[in-house]
Amino acid sequence: MSRIDNVFKSQLSQRKKVLIPFITAGDPSPAHTVSLMHALVAGGADLIELGIPFSDPMADGPVIQRASERALKHGVGLKDVLGMVRQFRETNPSTPVVLMGYANPIERMGYEAFAENAAASGVDGVLIVDLPPEESDGLVSALVKKDLAPIYLLAPTTPDFRVKAISERARGYVYYVSLKGVTGAAHVDYSAVGQRLPGLRENLQVPIGVGFGISDGAGAAAVAKVADAVIVGSRLVKEIENSPADAMATNLESLVRSLRTAMDEATVVG
Amino acid sequence: MSQPDYYSVPDARGHFGTYGGIYVAETLMSALDELRERYAFFKNDAEFVREFEYELKHFVGRPNPVYHAARWSEQIGGAQIFLKREDLNHTGAHKITNALGQALLAKRMGKKRVIAETGAGQHGVATATVAARYGMECVVYMGEEDVQRQAPNVFRMKLLGATVVPVSSGSKTLKDALNEAMRDWVTNVDNTFYILGTAAGPHPYPMMVRDFLSVIGREAKAQMRELTGHLPDYVVACVGGGSNAIGMFHDFLKDESVKLVGVEAGGLGLESGKHAAPLSAGIPGVLHGARSYLMQDENGQIIETHSISAGLDYPGVGPEHSWLKDMGRAQYTAVTDDEAMDAFHDLCRFEGIIPALESSHALAYAKKLAPTLAKDQRILVNLSGRGDKDINTVARIDGITL
Repeated sequence: MSRIDNVFKSQLSQRKKVLIPFITAGDPSPAHTVSLMHALVAGGADLIELGIPFSDPMADGPVIQRASERALKHGVGLKDVLGMVRQFRETNPSTPVVLMGYANPIERMGYEAFAENAAASGVDGVLIVDLPPEESDGLVSALVKKDLAPIYLLAPTTPDFRVKAISERARGYVYYVSLKGVTGAAHVDYSAVGQRLPGLRENLQVPIGVGFGISDGAGAAAVAKVADAVIVGSRLVKEIENSPADAMATNLESLVRSLRTAMDEATVVG
Repeated sequence: MSQPDYYSVPDARGHFGTYGGIYVAETLMSALDELRERYAFFKNDAEFVREFEYELKHFVGRPNPVYHAARWSEQIGGAQIFLKREDLNHTGAHKITNALGQALLAKRMGKKRVIAETGAGQHGVATATVAARYGMECVVYMGEEDVQRQAPNVFRMKLLGATVVPVSSGSKTLKDALNEAMRDWVTNVDNTFYILGTAAGPHPYPMMVRDFLSVIGREAKAQMRELTGHLPDYVVACVGGGSNAIGMFHDFLKDESVKLVGVEAGGLGLESGKHAAPLSAGIPGVLHGARSYLMQDENGQIIETHSISAGLDYPGVGPEHSWLKDMGRAQYTAVTDDEAMDAFHDLCRFEGIIPALESSHALAYAKKLAPTLAKDQRILVNLSGRGDKDINTVARIDGITL
């Protein structure tokens, strides 16, 4: 069984939910990323989404745009990102890593070369924001050959027939976008999310993570009550942005721990 | 060998061969589906077509003429140069024709708010104009650098009641304005229509923009026949995103005797790397919702472009141009900033027409091409816009303080 399937099975069987933090690879500099990934795990992360920096992050709000810009100042490319995962794997063989990014850097490397390199580096899944199912056949077949999970977005605007089409391709989990907007937006309607998820589940074989705009323990707890996984990105990236270099890892770890605690209290105790 | 069917593209999912498609985040997929369905319905709706044509005639001022630039042709020595006078449209460029078509669609879809991206400001002005005409709220995204170099157009948009939002991310130019417009659309997708200004972006935009602008080529073809009794030997248009060029080329695709040439912004020269010529010097990739030729580095990051002309300063290009390039039906080349400036001044002095810096790229290529041809051959240049908006830029380059 894959690392992703394992972590969902193990947490859900304990009535816990999966905590998925996101950071951008190479932010604020390439030297930080692996230690920040370990800090996320130390704080209670179950799975890490690692952003591939891109010059034109169309679906991201200003916080993650700036993270991409900081990484690109250091010339961080896809090969460097895969190198970071490889280094993380040297001391962490169990925490799944999902790469998240935009199509063009992967197109440039080539689907087959990317899949091979990603699998060899210890990547578990890939979510390409601007590669909807209609355009993803080539990448999906390359990924599946290497036992990498194609992860898809679902949105409040996704009609049922598309949920079914996505379900046929999705492995690992799906990422439900909590709102109409960009990452880090501040208008999540948690009750609307809760109302949508049961309908989605009818058409899905994989667990559902919810992200976009979850910025504190209360939000994480609200999502944990209805979804299988809680995805937090912009809030963590903001913590990196606002922390001095020597406190970055500890600040990130304690922030993740507070999210973990809030989620566990909402599901295990509650 | 039979002629390829140039009118069979795009397919149902927006593909021009391997180009085009729909590469956007899931949140926008249903909005693009809705747009595709509504456009497919209204483009064949008699009342929609009638209103579009009425507005083109009475509000935009179409048809604009084809004009024989006899004095400039004589000066250059060689083929006869003809100009399709898109600069004489209301708001001074071809852009209004597309903005109008999309606004009529927005109106029928019940969208009260329209957004747009703009580079030189021509599409922003066109969108602000049609928004005022139909009583819609209008927000225009414009790169901070372009806000500086196209100040008159910024003021025009404000006069027309639009909100102009300067974009400070990335390279602060057209591509970043497009990113920001997409971010707005994804946030306000229920009440907002995105009036995209060029024949790029996700399906159905490249097709829809082409269809609205293909009136340029239909008019020009009839006008050339009337004026000269013949089709042109060459049709030349500048290519940034490629909207004026595809509008001009489309009706000529079936006329194989007519050579089609798209002219990109060569900036400081292709060898300098400081240009905006993806078809001449880029490789295919995915940006802004479609696959097409792109300016990108070895990591797949989009490269910052350079052009004297804000409207051509874009690292991508409409997917149909990528397809036409690979099919060999159109050729693509580039001219430098200096060559464009030289042609700009020529047209001012020999013909009494101040051309847009974008269109000056097409003129510059015509100036190079004409002496290689016989005097009875004909080059049709799409004069896509007027240059009043560029006088500050030109003055600065020429060292003049206004």
